[in-house]
Amino acid sequence: MYSEFSKGIFKENPIFIILLGLCPTLAVSTQVVNALGMGAGVIFVLLGSEIFVSLLKDFIPERIRIPAFIVIIASFVTVVDLVMQAYAPSLSRNLGVFVQLIVVNCIILGRAEAFASKRKLGESLLDALGMGVGFTLGLLLISAIREVFGSGTITLFAMGSFDGVIRIPGLSAQPARVLALAPGALLVIGFLKALFNWLEMRREAREAWAVAAPPPGAAASAAASQTGSSADDGLPSSEGTSSAREGGAS
Amino acid sequence: MSYIGIIITFVFINNFILTQFLGLCPFIGVSRKTDSAIGMGFAVIFVMSIASLATWAVYRLILVPLNIEYLQTISFILIIAALVQLVEMVIIRISPPLYKALGIYLPLITTNCAVLGIALIAVRSDYNALESFVAGIAAGLGFLLAIVVMSTIRERLDQEWVPKPFRGVPIAFITAGLMALAFMAFDKALLKNLLG
Repeated sequence: MYSEFSKGIFKENPIFIILLGLCPTLAVSTQVVNALGMGAGVIFVLLGSEIFVSLLKDFIPERIRIPAFIVIIASFVTVVDLVMQAYAPSLSRNLGVFVQLIVVNCIILGRAEAFASKRKLGESLLDALGMGVGFTLGLLLISAIREVFGSGTITLFAMGSFDGVIRIPGLSAQPARVLALAPGALLVIGFLKALFNWLEMRREAREAWAVAAPPPGAAASAAASQTGSSADDGLPSSEGTSSAREGGAS
Repeated sequence: MSYIGIIITFVFINNFILTQFLGLCPFIGVSRKTDSAIGMGFAVIFVMSIASLATWAVYRLILVPLNIEYLQTISFILIIAALVQLVEMVIIRISPPLYKALGIYLPLITTNCAVLGIALIAVRSDYNALESFVAGIAAGLGFLLAIVVMSTIRERLDQEWVPKPFRGVPIAFITAGLMALAFMAFDKALLKNLLG
């Protein structure tokens, strides 16, 4: 049961592993507060639409299921849009047209079609929560990198005398402004994706090693030669470049 | 704003892919080969121009008079989905060669953020019918420009050695980031200098 939830955060994290829902991710990732607002909106829409799709799956005819899903999703997006305009007008202005664009976010229709339309209510609920939290964490990571290194600040909600902006000494005077601008978003996600690929490759190589190393004999030597060759052409060279480039970007 | 101003804005200054990140999925997905990039680009221009006109008409003639503007998200996405189906059927009938060229890309466009994006942005900017239509064509042209440049770069890139973790999607994003950096040369000052 727990795995339905946690898979969205680690193994199938919507942003980095499946690479869905990029459009809204990048445009609003200039400030941490935008990422939190967008994440909350996406979690709400995901939850609402997966619950409704899962409940209505027996009543929706197979042939018109996609338009029906889109109407359900668009209704929840409209709710989020109106609530945000009423209770968080400044956030709504920051996110602009991208709140309404949640409706074409591939994650939501993808989960409705691939998961909620086939599973029971409880499973769909956990799936929606996991995917939503995973999306929010991914978006938070991107926006934190862009805001901390691009403008030297962390913008959160304003509360009382605290204006909501944390300034990082040393960085806010001379930030790497390119990260806060449009190209920065594409560069950050490119390097992050490469980092995740590298981690995955390293894990696979290590697992292959663990399998190949213990038993001595013919079968083991065959497996070892195989992993040895794959480790040779990828790992040692990529380790240096990837970490060096990551350092260069930040 | 003049029509030339709208065109320059949506093709260069506010290029949908490189500054607004709308339509990134097909941009990364279909930019491996130049031929398919060109096909996708023209299909997007086609759908975006018609969609921005159709959503303008529905918004001005139905939603505003009835005072139900809050239904714009739902109605726009349904209009776009229906329109793509309709366009597909019409093209099959009147021009099979055109369908062969564009057909496979049309279903992909339904969930393209860029199409809904131009419809919503045109409404927010208070454009009239012709301005919405021109904005749709211009945003589509911007998409075509970006995806064709990207696909030619990626075709060259395929012959070069790339570190293993960067192969495929990551290097595509970094390439797009560098293109976006180049596009930053186009800003509001350009518009001012050109049009006064």
